[in-house]
Amino acid sequence: MIDRRDHKDRGRREQFLAGLAEPDLAVEPPEPASDLLVGEEPTGAADKPHSLWTDAWWQMRRRPMFWISTALIIIFAVMAVWPSLFTSLDPRYCLLAESRQPPGRQHWFGTDIQGCDVYARTVYGARSSILVGVFATLGVTVIGSFVGLVSGYFGHWLDVLLSRLGEIFFAIPTLLGGIVILYSFPSKPDTPYFVVVGKVVLAITLLAWPSIARLMRGSVLQVMPNEYVVAAQGLGASSARVIVSHVLPNAMAGVIAVATINLGVYIALEATLSFLGIGLQEPAISWGIAISAASKMGYITSAPHMLLFPSLFLSLTVLAFIMLGEVARDALDPKLR
Amino acid sequence: MTKYIVRRLLQMIPVIIGATFILFVLVFALPGEPWQGRCGERPCPPAYVDAFKKEYNLDKPLLIQYGIYLGRLLRGDLGTNFYNNRVIDELAVRYPTTVTLALIAIAFAIVIGITAGLVAGINRGSFLDTLVTVSTLVVISVPVFVIGGLAQWSILKLKLTDIIPVTATQGTIGQLILPGLVLGSLSVAYVARLTRTNLVENLRADYVRTARAKGLSKSRVIGLHTLRNSLIPVITFIGYEIGSLMGGAIVTERIFNINGIGGFIFRSIEQRDGVSVVGAVTVLVLVYLVVNLIVDVLYGVLDPRISHD
Amino acid sequence: MAKTERTAEPAAPLAAGAPLLEVTDLQVEFRMREGVARAINGVSFTLEAGQTLAILGESGSGKSVTAQAIMGILDTPPGYVTGGRVLYRGADLLKMPERQRRLIRGSQIAMIFQDALSALNPVFPVGWQIAEMFRVHRGLGRTEALERAVQLMERVRIPAARERVKSYPHQFSGGMRQRIMIAMAIALDPVVLIADEPTTALDVTVQAQIMQLLQDLQDERQMGLILITHDLGVVADVAQRIAVMYAGRLVEEADVIDLYGRPCHPYTRGLLDSIPRLDQKGQTLSAIGGLPPNLLHIPAGCPFNPRCRWAQPLCRTGAPPALAEVGVNRRSACHFWPEVAAAAPAAGLASPAQSETAGSDPAVLQTLGAASADALGPDGAQDRLAASDSALAGEQGATAVAPQGPVAAGGPALAGPTPDGGSADESEGR
Repeated sequence: MIDRRDHKDRGRREQFLAGLAEPDLAVEPPEPASDLLVGEEPTGAADKPHSLWTDAWWQMRRRPMFWISTALIIIFAVMAVWPSLFTSLDPRYCLLAESRQPPGRQHWFGTDIQGCDVYARTVYGARSSILVGVFATLGVTVIGSFVGLVSGYFGHWLDVLLSRLGEIFFAIPTLLGGIVILYSFPSKPDTPYFVVVGKVVLAITLLAWPSIARLMRGSVLQVMPNEYVVAAQGLGASSARVIVSHVLPNAMAGVIAVATINLGVYIALEATLSFLGIGLQEPAISWGIAISAASKMGYITSAPHMLLFPSLFLSLTVLAFIMLGEVARDALDPKLR
Repeated sequence: MTKYIVRRLLQMIPVIIGATFILFVLVFALPGEPWQGRCGERPCPPAYVDAFKKEYNLDKPLLIQYGIYLGRLLRGDLGTNFYNNRVIDELAVRYPTTVTLALIAIAFAIVIGITAGLVAGINRGSFLDTLVTVSTLVVISVPVFVIGGLAQWSILKLKLTDIIPVTATQGTIGQLILPGLVLGSLSVAYVARLTRTNLVENLRADYVRTARAKGLSKSRVIGLHTLRNSLIPVITFIGYEIGSLMGGAIVTERIFNINGIGGFIFRSIEQRDGVSVVGAVTVLVLVYLVVNLIVDVLYGVLDPRISHD
Repeated sequence: MAKTERTAEPAAPLAAGAPLLEVTDLQVEFRMREGVARAINGVSFTLEAGQTLAILGESGSGKSVTAQAIMGILDTPPGYVTGGRVLYRGADLLKMPERQRRLIRGSQIAMIFQDALSALNPVFPVGWQIAEMFRVHRGLGRTEALERAVQLMERVRIPAARERVKSYPHQFSGGMRQRIMIAMAIALDPVVLIADEPTTALDVTVQAQIMQLLQDLQDERQMGLILITHDLGVVADVAQRIAVMYAGRLVEEADVIDLYGRPCHPYTRGLLDSIPRLDQKGQTLSAIGGLPPNLLHIPAGCPFNPRCRWAQPLCRTGAPPALAEVGVNRRSACHFWPEVAAAAPAAGLASPAQSETAGSDPAVLQTLGAASADALGPDGAQDRLAASDSALAGEQGATAVAPQGPVAAGGPALAGPTPDGGSADESEGR
C-alpha cells in the first residue's frame, strides 16, 4: 500500500465523517495561545487524575450541541418505546372519508390518503427507525470491532484475509447492496414485524461492517506499540486478556463516536430503502413508507403536510445522532480536534 | 508509479471476483421464476421451461453458472438478459444520463461546496461560518429523498416548472439540473465542511506563519500557500464521490423519473432480471474501483509527500 | 508594485544614534474564551548592528510572542499588541500601515523558525520557496530568482544545491532543512534576523553547525541577531547580551559574562543552577520548583514569587518589581537583587571585576557554555567548594540586609565577587 492513512476510507461518506473533525462553532484559541496555558491551574482540580472518558465528559457537557442532541434522542427514544404517551389516537384507525385533510385541531398534522392521522402515524413511525438504527449499529459495531481487533492484533495472514474480505463488501455500494439483499429475501404483508425489521438490520450489518473494522484495526495498530500493551504481553498475559483489558478500552473511543454518527446514517438508510419500497413494508408504520406515499407527484402540492411531518421527524432524528456523534468524536479523539 | 498501478490492479481482481460472486449468488437466489408471464396467461409448458433454463444455464449448479458468467465477464461480455437484450447495450443507452447526472452533482459540489467552505474557513467564527456549519449539518441529516421531495414541492409551489422541470424523463441537461443538485446536496455539504476544516487547520500551520514572515500579502498567503495544501484532500474526496454518486443515483433517478442506470437496476430487480442486475452493479463496482485508483494516483501527483514507489 | 518595493530597499544608512531595533514597553495579550492572557507585559530592549541578543526563557514565557509581535505576524485574533513601540531605525513598526510594514518584513527583518519541517510549505519545492523572496520583493523573473536561490543554497552549504533545488522539504534532513530556512531568511540581506529556537529540533552536532553558520553569516553581513532560546549553552557560545524572560516580562538583562558570572535575579540563578555540570558530579542537581504561571492568572507582586527562595512578603503584593539598573549596562527586576547577586555565582568562574576584560575572551565563554563544559582543572574542586559554600551563605544572606555570603565564604578571587565590587554595584543600583 502507499504511505498514507487508510486512503480508501475516504470513499464512503459515513466513514469520511470520521475525518471531518468539526471544531466548536465558537472561536477557539489557536496554537500559540494554548501554549500560554501550560502553567499551573489555580483551581484545585488539576491534581485529580483525568481519564479519557472523564475528560471527554467535561468537554462534551460544555457544548450546547450535546444537550440539544441528547434531548432530541431522549424524546425520540421515549416515542419509540411508548408512542401512546404522545398520542391517544390509533395510527391504524383510518377513515377514508377524512382522506388528505390539512392540519387542524382534530388532526394536528392532518390526515393521509387513507384518512389516518399523520401525527399518530409519525409518532408510531419512530419505533421502526430507532429499532433499525440501534440494532444495525450494534451489529455493525460488534462485528466490525471484532474483525478489526483480530485483524489488527494478530496481523499476518489473518489480517490480509480479513482485510481483503472487507474490501469486497466495501466495494459494493451500500444502498445497491441493500436493495439486492432485501429483494432476495422479500417480506410479505403477513411477515411478522420483527422479522421485517430484522432483515433490514441484517442487510445493513452485512454491508457496513468493513468501515468499522477498518477504523478499529487502525486504532488497534496505534495502541499496540504503547508500553502498557507491550508490558502486559511481556508479562505473559494471554491474548484475550491483553485485548480485553488493554487494547480494547483504548481503541474503542473513536469507534464509539463514529458508531453514533452511523446510527443516524443507518436510520436514513432504512428510510431510503423503505422509500424505495423494499425496506420495511406495509402494514409496518415507518417514516420512509409515509414519505414514499406522500411523494407521489399529485400529493406533493395537494397535501404537502403528508410529506413535511414525517420528513421533519426523520431528519431531526438523523440530525440528533450525527450531532451527538460529532460532539463525542471531538471530545474523545483529541487528534481529530 | 507503474509498479504501483499494476499492484493495485492485481489487488482489484479478488475484490471484483468476490463482489460479483456475492451479487450473483444473491440475485440468482431471488425467488420467482423468470419465465413467468412469457407464455401468455397459462403457465409455461415444461418443454419451454427446460429450454429457457438451458439457454440461461439455470439447470447447472450455481458455482458452474458463476464460472460461466465470470468467463464471459473477462471477455467484456455482461451477458444477455431474459428479454434477449445484451446487458451491455442496455447499459450503454443509460450510462450517459447517469454520468451527466453525477457530473452535474459534482459541479455543484465543487462550485458551492468549495466556495462555502472557503468563506466559512477564512471568516472563522463569523456569522457566515456559523451559517455554513449549521446548514451543512442540516443537509447531511436530511435524507436525499426528502430533499428531492421538498425540492419538487417548492418548485411546484412557486410555479417554476417551466424553468426548472421537476421530472427528467428525457434526461437533457436542463432537466438534470435540479436532480443533479439534489443528488449532489450531500456532497456539497461534505465538501464545504472538509474545505473549511482543512483551511482552518492549515491556516494555523507553521508554514503559514513563515509565509507571513516572508512579507507576502494576505492574498498570496491564503490564495497560494494555504489553499494549495487545503484543497488536496478536498480534490481527492470529490474524486471518490464521482465513483459513489453513480451508485447513489438510484434514489434520485427514481424521484425524478430518470432513465439511468439506477432506474434500470431497479426495474430489472422488479422484473427478476438477474443478469441485468448483476451486470449493472458489476459495472458500478468496477467504475468505483477504477475511479478510486485514479484518485489515489492523482493524490500522489498533487501531494509531493505521497510516494507511490 | 515591484518598483515601490525596490525603492523601499535598501534602507537608509543608520541614523546617528538610533539603534537598529528598539523595543519599548511592548504589551501583547491573547483574548480567549477562557479570559485574557497577558503574554507580554512591558518588554523593552535594544539591538545594535552586528550584535547578538539572546532572549532566554521557558516555554510560555513570551519569548516567541515577542518575536512575532516584532515581525507583525501574531495570530490576530486572539493575539493583540496593546501597547508599546517597536522602533526600527527610529521608525515605529507598530504605527506603520500594513502595506509598508510588509515591505520591511522578510526583506529587512527576517525570521527563522524552530521546526523547519513544519515551517516550510510541504507542497512547494525548496528552491521555489527561497526564490519567492526575490520574486515578490524584488520582482525578479522565475529563472533569475531560482538562480539566486541556488546561490543561496550553496552559501548555506547545502551539497549539490543545483540538483536539489527542485526537491521538497520532506526530502531533506533536519539540518539541511534548517539551512534552507536560513537561506530563505537571509535571501534579501536583512538587517535584523530573529531566530526562534533555531536548533532546538536538531541533533547536538548539527546544532553546532547551524549556530556556526548563523555566526558566520552575521559576521559577514553585520546583521543584528535576536536569538530566542531556552538553551543556556547555545547562548553562552554566541550571544553578547542576554535578556531573560519570565511570564511575559524581562526579569534580567545583561552582558553574557555578567549574567553568567553573577546573576542578579533568582530566576536566572535558578536556570543556571539547573544545568548539569561536570565539576559538580555527584551533587543533587537543583531545579526550579513549581511551574511557570498560567498567564490567565499571573500571581500578584513579582510573578516569580511562588517559586522563589528569596521571596519576602513584599514580593507577593503590589506591582511587579520594575526592571531597574543594577550595574553597568545591566538591569534586573528583583526587590532583593543584591542578596541574589551576593549569593555565590552559579558558574563560579567570572567576577564582575573581570567581566569587562573577559567579555571578549572566547575561552571563558566556552567554559561558560555549561552544557558542554569541560572538566575543570585542579582549580575545579576549589571552585566547587566555594560555590556550594556560598550558596549556603546566600540563603542566610537572603534575610540579611547586606550581602555577606561572599565575604563569609572567602573563596578564591575567581569564584566570587570581591566585597568591593559587590558594594559598588549595590550603591549604583539604589
